[in-house]
Amino acid sequence: MSRSTSRYRWSWVDSVVLLGIIGFFGFIGYRVNTVLVYQWDWGFLPGYLFRWDEETQSLLPNLLVKGLLTTLRLAFWSIILATLIGFVTGMMRTSRRLFPQAFSRLYVELIRNVPPIVFIFVFYFFISSQIIPLLGLDTLDQRLGPTGQSVVEFLFGPVSLLSNTFSGIFCLALFEAAYITEIVRSGIQSVSVGQREAAMSIGLSRWQQMRYVVLPQAVQRVIPPLAGQFIILIKDSSIVSLISIQELTFLTLEVANSTQRVFEVWVFVAGVYFVLCYSCALIFRRLEMRLDSSRI
Amino acid sequence: MNENTSNPIIEMSGVSKWFGDFQVLKDVSLQVFSGERVVVCGPSGSGKSTLIRCINRLEEHQEGRIVVDGIELDQDTQHINKVRSEVGMVFQQFNLFPHLTVLENCTLGPMKVRGLSKKEAEALAMEYLQRVRIPEQAAKYPGSLSGGQQQRVAIARSLCMQPRIMLFDEPTSALDPEMIKEVLDVMIDLAESGMTMICVTHEMGFARTVAHQMVFMDEGRIIERSPPAQFFSEPEHERTKLFLSQILSH
Ligand SMILES: Nc1ncnc2c1ncn2[C@@H]1O[C@H](COP(=O)(O)OP(=O)(O)OP(=O)(O)O)[C@@H](O)[C@H]1O
Ligand SMILES: [Mg+2]
Repeated sequence: MSRSTSRYRWSWVDSVVLLGIIGFFGFIGYRVNTVLVYQWDWGFLPGYLFRWDEETQSLLPNLLVKGLLTTLRLAFWSIILATLIGFVTGMMRTSRRLFPQAFSRLYVELIRNVPPIVFIFVFYFFISSQIIPLLGLDTLDQRLGPTGQSVVEFLFGPVSLLSNTFSGIFCLALFEAAYITEIVRSGIQSVSVGQREAAMSIGLSRWQQMRYVVLPQAVQRVIPPLAGQFIILIKDSSIVSLISIQELTFLTLEVANSTQRVFEVWVFVAGVYFVLCYSCALIFRRLEMRLDSSRI
Repeated sequence: MNENTSNPIIEMSGVSKWFGDFQVLKDVSLQVFSGERVVVCGPSGSGKSTLIRCINRLEEHQEGRIVVDGIELDQDTQHINKVRSEVGMVFQQFNLFPHLTVLENCTLGPMKVRGLSKKEAEALAMEYLQRVRIPEQAAKYPGSLSGGQQQRVAIARSLCMQPRIMLFDEPTSALDPEMIKEVLDVMIDLAESGMTMICVTHEMGFARTVAHQMVFMDEGRIIERSPPAQFFSEPEHERTKLFLSQILSH
């Protein structure tokens, strides 16, 4: 495999493609420079990453870094929550009982057949505005001691924004869990009937068959598609900016508006998302290889 | 037969089963006594697998009664689980758990169903791996074993549950010829230890040495049942004769 891919031979197709790419970017560059006459200026950017705080005499994160941190927290917690929900509903999808089957099916179909943006608004107005107040997050800062506060702040970001962050986490998790449900279902169904029968024949109960025989094999098989879905989740996290979750895309919009440096800001943020997603892909590839080689 | 003959350990009476409109088992009755060894044969599709899979409820019968070791197989899951833990089963395709080592394959049932500690279960597993002559492979994963070795592990895995009855569904059919003997040898050992066994197999040499009773099935019915001496020398039915002539000719 590494042999055949490492030895490329240059052919006329490559030349055509290369010329095409150069031509395309040349054209874009030409348009931007001569027709739009845009003056690139990156000087403002560091100031929006960090700011010098006179009061504490230290460097504090400014809007863009704050947004990035929120996006990271948002992605991290929704990945965990979505995986938990997805595994439960995924197992329900393969259940023999009617109610769990029907319920998980309904959930998956509802979410998959509504545009994400519409789902987010519906979620925001009807679900999160009802549930989030019940969690009592608004008064949390009064109830927590200083250490408690700094722990919560490290895990979930500024205490004053907790309800906001949690809406984002729930929204993303519920949305992505529908896709994870289907991934988990196909993983479970890919384990052969013979495995289940062997498990039955040594007397394991239905739950034990699932827990000790089917799930471990299913998990191994769903890691690659799951990793793909996590990366999609990170990218999708930008749409919760629509319900004013203070994450990277939302704050980028603010910076773009206030500085008017629209091009620079969006090019920069595109790079940030790319680095984020690509490093995730690399981590998962590592993990996959480790799992693969661990059993022979 | 060594125990009281009035009380069979497996009793099937008037068992019928359908897959959709297709009737696989037609009014089958079969008694097996403790310590008895029964070999089931018959043409492909005659319902042999279905018959033995009904005994540990991998298939559900629709008519008739099946009582195993005094427990009737009905809708009660507790009955089903109890029967399954008393009845071991060996499959044609081995069905070892690929994500567990040989040892873990063997300890899973004893630990989770019987509630043995890890240490006890491992001691038990090593004992049975010894018996199937493969203790040195305990730490390996099934994927790295040969077919014959895998099937012997599968037998050990069943034995670790210390079942009273063992069911075999064509245990050597998926094996290369040179591996068949190592599996049959293990099964013969098991037979000599007095295990109650029902084997679906076309290994007639094995049947002759081991079986107390031969059962011949055709189209969902038990057509003939007799001790091997009689079964092979003077089969009663034309259908049996034809089958035997086909299977013994090669
Ligand atoms: N799950 C199922 N659904 C529908 N039909 C089935 C199913 N399992 C078995 N059958 C049919 O029932 C009949 C008996 O099957 P069974 O596997 O018991 O036969 P067998 O005697 O074991 O045959 P073989 O020697 O090929 O293993 C076959 O005609 C088969 O096609
Ligand atoms: Mg069969």
